[in-house]
Amino acid sequence: MSTTTVRLHELAHARTGDKGNRINISLIPYRPELFEILQQQVTPERVLKLFAHRGADHVERFDLPNLKAMNFVIDNALEGGVNGSLNLDGHGKSLSFLLLSLTVDVPPSLVTG
Amino acid sequence: MSDKIVHIGCAAGFAGDRFDASLPMVESLAKHDGPRYLTFEVLAERTLAIAHRERLSNPDLGYSPFLDTYIKPVLGQAIEAGVRIVSNMGAANPRGAARRIKEIAREQGLREITVAVVEGDDLVNAIGESEIRAAKTIEGINIGDREILAANTYLGAFPVAEALASNADVVVTGRVTDPSIVLGPLIHEFGWKEDDWQRLAGGTLAGHLLECGAQVTGGYFADPGFKDVPNLANVGFPIAEVNADAQFVVTKPEGTGGVVDERTIKEQILYEMHDPASYLTADVVLDITGVELVQQGTDRVAVSGARGHPRTQTLKATVSMDGGWLGEGEISYAGPNARKRAELAARVVRERCHDIGIDLPLRVDIIGTLSTFDSIDGELRMRDDFPDDGDYRVRVAVRAPDRETARKVSDEVLSLYCSGPAGGGGVRQQITNRVDTASVLVDRTRVTPLVHVL
Repeated sequence: MSTTTVRLHELAHARTGDKGNRINISLIPYRPELFEILQQQVTPERVLKLFAHRGADHVERFDLPNLKAMNFVIDNALEGGVNGSLNLDGHGKSLSFLLLSLTVDVPPSLVTG
Repeated sequence: MSDKIVHIGCAAGFAGDRFDASLPMVESLAKHDGPRYLTFEVLAERTLAIAHRERLSNPDLGYSPFLDTYIKPVLGQAIEAGVRIVSNMGAANPRGAARRIKEIAREQGLREITVAVVEGDDLVNAIGESEIRAAKTIEGINIGDREILAANTYLGAFPVAEALASNADVVVTGRVTDPSIVLGPLIHEFGWKEDDWQRLAGGTLAGHLLECGAQVTGGYFADPGFKDVPNLANVGFPIAEVNADAQFVVTKPEGTGGVVDERTIKEQILYEMHDPASYLTADVVLDITGVELVQQGTDRVAVSGARGHPRTQTLKATVSMDGGWLGEGEISYAGPNARKRAELAARVVRERCHDIGIDLPLRVDIIGTLSTFDSIDGELRMRDDFPDDGDYRVRVAVRAPDRETARKVSDEVLSLYCSGPAGGGGVRQQITNRVDTASVLVDRTRVTPLVHVL
């Protein structure tokens, strides 16, 4: 089957929350039928690689098949946490859009918000 | 099951949230029968630490500095409509907040009102400073002999319910878990017991969804072309309509902007959540993995299926310590070759700091390339090739133990005006006192919540 490569941003939405030096980013596909494809492709390993430059050292993914959503818990990506970070965005609130910049391969019929 | 429905609105999700969100909310609540509540969640960790300092200098203060701003516009209407107010704006001084709210009622010519307070969250009073210093923190931070600004336990919703049982018009608390200001009224109205884990879980979920205000009604959501939100400038804040089994509908006041649908609920349900099967609060362990959402018409979503497990034996407390000083300075470069001039400015500041003997870690961003996503070392910026022409802003940041050092680093940006690369403009400097926090767990038998009626 032919696939096309698109950014997650085309397919899903996301929100970051923070507690200390740990953030969580939800990943919610616009279409429920994308859930399993994202499960296969947006692995904790890929997400860890995406945040490695920030010092992230562990990623755990929790799946919610009922809500057709995923939750990534990322450790130590805030370079010192909300209080210690020198980043303009010490909470890492903008990082949901870093996750959404990751690309995946999907059937063209599933692209369109 | 009774067909009683409790309406609860949340008109502020953080200290500094929209000051007028409560007006359409009270209007909307006034149209319904039955118990109605207006809540405000305004207590960040930093706010509480500052409040403690304030109270030390003036025993009448130490409650939320936003109390007047949130309460004044809406108190009269709420009292008249029989809408009860619950908020954690008591901060470090709930009784002081209560006295101020009663005073506002008098100033506005309202009837004499009753305000109940929830206290007992001060951990220094509960277990003493030496035990706090010796405690193991969740983050692995060593408190040691650092100055403790405040230490507060997250109390649960039962003391809030107890305060409401006094028939108070307003309840103000110090530190309680954020969902408690919603769960407390539900416990009071429905008589839920301390081991009714399923209903406590449902009420906690309602509180969790409401506690950040508009984040569940289309705020913090819009992404033009992908997730469009109508009339965001007048986004309505959330109202939950909760039944005796802790199932509920999330909606918002009529005529307001924003949107309530499965997407907004899903984003907020996972907000600040780690293991979705085990969200720990003072009252229950909430499991959201079985939650069902059903859209029931425009801007109405029914939420059910929260599962609860017995609460833990410990409560979480936050210890706030002095965190030194953040020094920042920014300067802009625009037009031809702007990026290279900005990069040169960045190098000059680094060299200057080194020369004047400041060896603290410096962060130097070039805003307009990649900065927010970047590491302190600027790894992403080095990887990518950004246009030389453009509109770039250099930002330098340092964390220093003392104000003077933070200022010195910031001043190295200021001096770029005459001594840096060509065409730098728009310097801004900021020196901020920081607060560090650490979390500790305390056995719940060591903490005694107190209710006092004024």
